[in-house]
Amino acid sequence: MGEATPVWAVVALPLVLAGLICSAAALDAVFCAGGRPADPLREGVRLLLQQRRRTRGADLLLMRAGVISLPVAAFLAAMVIPLGAAPVLPSSVGVVWFNAMEVVAWASLWLTGWGADSAFPLIGGYRFLAQGLAYELPHMFALITAALAAGSLDLGAVAAAQEGLWFAVWMPVAFAVYLLSALAMAFWGPMGHPLAGDVAGGVPLELAGPDRLLFFAGRLALLAVAAAAAVPLFLGGGAGPWLPAWAWSLVKTYAVLVPLVWVRQRVPVVRMDRFMQVAWTVLIPATLLQMLVVGLVVLD
Amino acid sequence: MQVVAFWALAVAAVGFGAAVFAVNSMARATFALLASFLCAGGELLLLGLAYPGVLTILMMIMEMLVMAVFMIMYMMDPGGLMPMSMVHGRRGALAIAAGVFAALAAGIVLTPWPHRQGAPPRDPAFALGEAVMGPKMPVMMVAGVAILATMIASVVLATGRGRYGGAE
Repeated sequence: MGEATPVWAVVALPLVLAGLICSAAALDAVFCAGGRPADPLREGVRLLLQQRRRTRGADLLLMRAGVISLPVAAFLAAMVIPLGAAPVLPSSVGVVWFNAMEVVAWASLWLTGWGADSAFPLIGGYRFLAQGLAYELPHMFALITAALAAGSLDLGAVAAAQEGLWFAVWMPVAFAVYLLSALAMAFWGPMGHPLAGDVAGGVPLELAGPDRLLFFAGRLALLAVAAAAAVPLFLGGGAGPWLPAWAWSLVKTYAVLVPLVWVRQRVPVVRMDRFMQVAWTVLIPATLLQMLVVGLVVLD
Repeated sequence: MQVVAFWALAVAAVGFGAAVFAVNSMARATFALLASFLCAGGELLLLGLAYPGVLTILMMIMEMLVMAVFMIMYMMDPGGLMPMSMVHGRRGALAIAAGVFAALAAGIVLTPWPHRQGAPPRDPAFALGEAVMGPKMPVMMVAGVAILATMIASVVLATGRGRYGGAE
């Protein structure tokens, strides 16, 4: 459980998350050909002022629940990630809590897609369920591997167990699978099939105004939280010379987040059925083998 | 505070459970059921059972999303454009439900519950694993992974070609 949570961390968490979202959006705009860093901010203001659009027969209750649950889940997941020394909500089962909150995105996307009562968002919603079934098992094995090596489901304890050697170094398969599933859980870049161009934008197609803003902010929040969780899981947490723990956490988070954002403009979208095949025939056996190796090392 | 949270979650769980049979869309029924399960997971967290509680939340979200696919797929009207009802065979269903409820409630009242001995363990999830598996822990873990690998392999082999041909 570690030491008590400082009060400032409770205030800082939403601000840090908002900062990560804004900088990720700005970076994405810069990586885009001809984009400027202020573009997302302008687009955000425009969306705030834009009127909502309604489709006939939309299930507004479900659609709103889907849109709102996306950033809320990302925030709840962020609460167990140590921001430096201690997380806002110290939990002995932080790894499982993080996993549970990130799975909420399944519900968010399906609800948003279903609620719009429109064909393309619906297809996108179902695609994300297929994507979830493909990425979730390897992802869980990657998480369990890190927890197994640390002998704890507490993210703080997992970070503390890496004083000698980062988990990213001696379990590279688990780390690589984690990065891939970070893209998948935020349906970002090559894993953006639920929002792909062949279904005219997919899930958020009918969203307009603040709904749309919330949806895309929630997506970036998920990506940022996934990058932040990689720090205690695989990159030794806040440990490092000279700088304080929170600064190292932030530096390492950006070291993961920037490549994740960058990859979007570089790699084409992967079709879901293909990814499913790779996930189940290559990634699951690979993560199982990685877990076996780690298990043997731990038992020894 | 805990008592208030307990009752709020309990009433919400029952309310969402009732909503499953009151709403007229399969999607809403599915998510009302999910909300009810999440409230039950919250009750587990209140009891101090962090691991089972969070696991309930995690598994129920995944399970109900997969359920949603099947529940909607097997509907008479999968598009969900027509209102539907979750209630069929009212009289028989009511009789069975009332009978089961009465039997379970009678079981709660009539069982001679044992008194607590000792204090709760520091890590209930760990203690539960010890109690269930004891010294056979590595064997059980290997068996668990082997069963999972068999399940995954059989699914992969069974779906070598999907409905629309191979993935390529």
